[in-house]
Amino acid sequence: MSNEIPFLNILYNYVSMCLKTTPNNKKMSLLEIIKEPWPWYVSGPLIGLTVPILLIIGNKSFGISSSLRHICAACIPANISFFKYDWKKESWNLFFVFGIFLGGIIATYFLANPNPVEITTKLSEQLATYGITDHSGLLPKELFSWESLFTLRGFIMIVVGGFLVGFGTRYAGGCTSGHAIMGISNLQWPSFVATICFMIGGFIMANLILPYILSL
Amino acid sequence: MNNLENKNTDTEGINGSQLKDSGFSNLKFLIVGIFFGIVFVKAEIISWFRIQEMFQLQSFFMYGVIGSAVVVGIISIWLIKKFDIKTIQGEKIEIQPKTFNKGQIYGGLLFGFGWAITGACPGPLFAQIGTGATVIVVTLISAILGTWVYGFFKDKLPH
Repeated sequence: MSNEIPFLNILYNYVSMCLKTTPNNKKMSLLEIIKEPWPWYVSGPLIGLTVPILLIIGNKSFGISSSLRHICAACIPANISFFKYDWKKESWNLFFVFGIFLGGIIATYFLANPNPVEITTKLSEQLATYGITDHSGLLPKELFSWESLFTLRGFIMIVVGGFLVGFGTRYAGGCTSGHAIMGISNLQWPSFVATICFMIGGFIMANLILPYILSL
Repeated sequence: MNNLENKNTDTEGINGSQLKDSGFSNLKFLIVGIFFGIVFVKAEIISWFRIQEMFQLQSFFMYGVIGSAVVVGIISIWLIKKFDIKTIQGEKIEIQPKTFNKGQIYGGLLFGFGWAITGACPGPLFAQIGTGATVIVVTLISAILGTWVYGFFKDKLPH
């Protein structure tokens, strides 16, 4: 990404995003601009706007991991008190996550970026040492595919990773949306603590443990 | 007063509304979800590569996304409180405070591990499936199972 020196680049990127020209100086259409990857200062504020939108249209606090709890409550409550509540009253959350899924389809089939995902040279060199060279999608196919699921490495990435996401977010009482965005926006210090722990966990995993998993 | 409140202090994604949502009124949340899913994909936030770059401090991108989202969120909530903005149904906006327990530390670290492995928090999982990465259905089921196992052992875990 060319955003390492953000504040010097913002204005330049913003103007060039608005007036983007192709090499032969032809103006890009709006659709072509939308198809480009969106810079952080466009997507970040849009995500932040979800907070007031959900509050104003229905008094809902932004939070996504709770959808996993509602699915448990709806499908496998098993008489566990944690899952005994009126999940139907919270079904807005399930509509919301189903929307995210549909949004993923729309963005991929109608607004797709024709170019491969740009990644830093350092990361691509690192990943190449583990045999991960496919950057054509948002996820590396060598790790996240049905074939990979039946290897030890793929199983850890897909199944164990998913388990930690579900277990950890509920144990922490929220995820990136519920704590890092909604909680901090409402100036809740427990959410700040949780967010720091998310980041510490991520740093430890990505730098100290993941290299061993990737070399399996 | 709230549905989830009696069960424990875990109030994420709480429904502050006392009104019952009909199937039709839930459609607006579907639409916000669609908008949100498109932003997720177009900003490449759901990319495993972006998450690795973030945790290896190779790129400012994700910090910019989360940071600017939080700034917009803080300003929005401040405005809502200052001007006592009501919902479109005319209700007072209620935001449940978060209460601290040690789960935010232990669970936070475990989620951090999972985030760096899968490159996804729960929201991006749904978007990743939408992009055609069908194997992520397995990750999602595993995350649901993780949530269930937490519910099962909840009282035995340190909080």
